[in-house]
Amino acid sequence: MTTNTEITRDGLWSNNVALVQLLGLCPLLAVTSTLVNGIGLGLATLITLVLSNTIVSLIRGFVRKEVRLPVFVLIIASVVTIIELGMKALFYDLYLVLGIFIPLIVTNCAIIGRAEGFASRNPVIPAALDGLMMGLGFLAVLALLGAMREIIGFGTLFSNAELMFGAGAHSLTIEFNPDYPGFLLAVLPPGAFFGLALLIAAKNWFDLRPARDPAPASTLPESA
Amino acid sequence: MIAGYRRQILLSGLFLWLFAVAGTALVALTDYSSRDAIAANERRVLLRNLHALLPRDELDNDIVADTLLLPPSPLLGTAEETVAYRARLDGEPVAVIFNSVAPDGYNGRIYLLVGVYVDGSIAGVRVVRHAETPGLGDGIEIKKSPWIKSFDGKSLNDPRPSGWAVKRDGGEFDQLTGATITPRAVVAAVRNTLLYYRRNADMLFR
Repeated sequence: MTTNTEITRDGLWSNNVALVQLLGLCPLLAVTSTLVNGIGLGLATLITLVLSNTIVSLIRGFVRKEVRLPVFVLIIASVVTIIELGMKALFYDLYLVLGIFIPLIVTNCAIIGRAEGFASRNPVIPAALDGLMMGLGFLAVLALLGAMREIIGFGTLFSNAELMFGAGAHSLTIEFNPDYPGFLLAVLPPGAFFGLALLIAAKNWFDLRPARDPAPASTLPESA
Repeated sequence: MIAGYRRQILLSGLFLWLFAVAGTALVALTDYSSRDAIAANERRVLLRNLHALLPRDELDNDIVADTLLLPPSPLLGTAEETVAYRARLDGEPVAVIFNSVAPDGYNGRIYLLVGVYVDGSIAGVRVVRHAETPGLGDGIEIKKSPWIKSFDGKSLNDPRPSGWAVKRDGGEFDQLTGATITPRAVVAAVRNTLLYYRRNADMLFR
C-alpha cells in the first residue's frame, strides 16, 4: 500500500514523468518554446491523467485482463477528444497554438503507463492523487523548460498569456529588454534537448549531493 | 474446453464493445454540446483575419457567407478546392480574399490570405500558417515584422513585372535578414494570385 505522501513525492520528484521516467518527451520537446505553451499542454495532460486514472481505477474490479490495454486506450482517447473539443469551445486561440499536440496526448506513454502500472491496481482516491501528482510533475517541467527557452530565446516571459487567461492578461507579459536580439538555438528543437538535459542534470546533481558529501547532521550538528 | 474459451473470448469482445460504445457516446455528446461554440469561435477568428485585410467600413455584406468555391489552380498554388470570400458595399463588388498557397517555402507550404480589390490592387496579405524557421523566415508574420505590409496597394503594373521579386533577384521587395527563400516564395505567390484574379475577374463576382 502506497501512502499519499509517497505518491506525492513520486509524482513530483523521485519518479517524475519527464525527468526520471523520460516519458511523453515528444510533446514536451515540441511545445515548450514559451511558458504559456508549456502550461497549456501541461494542464491538458494533467486533466487527462487524473480522469484516465480515476476511470481505470473505477473499472479495475471487472475489466477483463486480456482486453484491458485496448480498454485503457479507448478511455484515454475518449478523454483526450473531449478535452480537445472543450478547449476548442472555451480557449479557441490557445487551441490554434497547441492544437496539433492535443491529440498526441493519447500517445503519451506516461498516461497508459500510470493506468496500467498504478491505477489498475489501486483504489480510486490514490489513483486520482497519483494522476494529479504525476500531472503536476510533468506540468512543472513543461513550465520550467518553457520559461527557460522563452527567456533565453525571445527575452520575454508570459508572452501570449492572453490566449489562456483572456485579454486582461496581456499585461502579464514581461519583456526584459526590447533590444534583445533573441537566441535562435533556444527556440529551435536542439534548444529543447539542451534545456531538458540541463534540467535532468540539475535534478541528478541535487539528488546525489548528500551522498557525495556525507556529513550526517546527527553526528556533526555544528558543522552544517 | 473449446466452448469455455469461446465463451471467454465472447465476453471479452462484449466488454470491449461496451467501452467503445460508451466512449463514442461521450465524445458524440460533447461534440453535440460544444458544436455551436466551436463554430462561433471559428467564425470569429475567420472574421478577425478577413478584417485585418479589409477594414469593416469598406464592406457591408456578410463576407463569411458570401463565398465562392474555386477549383484547384497552379496560380493559387492549390491542389484542392479553396474558398474565396467576396466583399461588397451596397451590392457592388469591393474585393475578393483568396486562400493562396506558396508551395515553395523553406520549410514546405506557406498558407496565405490575399485580398485583391476589384481594380486589381492588393488590399492586404497575411500569413495564415507556415513552418518557416523561427527568428529568420517567420518575419513574414505580421506579429514579427511589418514586411508583409509591403504588398499593400501593389498591383501587376506597380511595380512592373520585373519588379515582382525580392531585391536579391533584382526586384523591389526586401528580403528578410538571413532569409531569402521564404520571402521569394511569398512574393511569387502574391504575384500569381494577382494573375489569377486578372484572368478570372469576370467570374469571381457572378
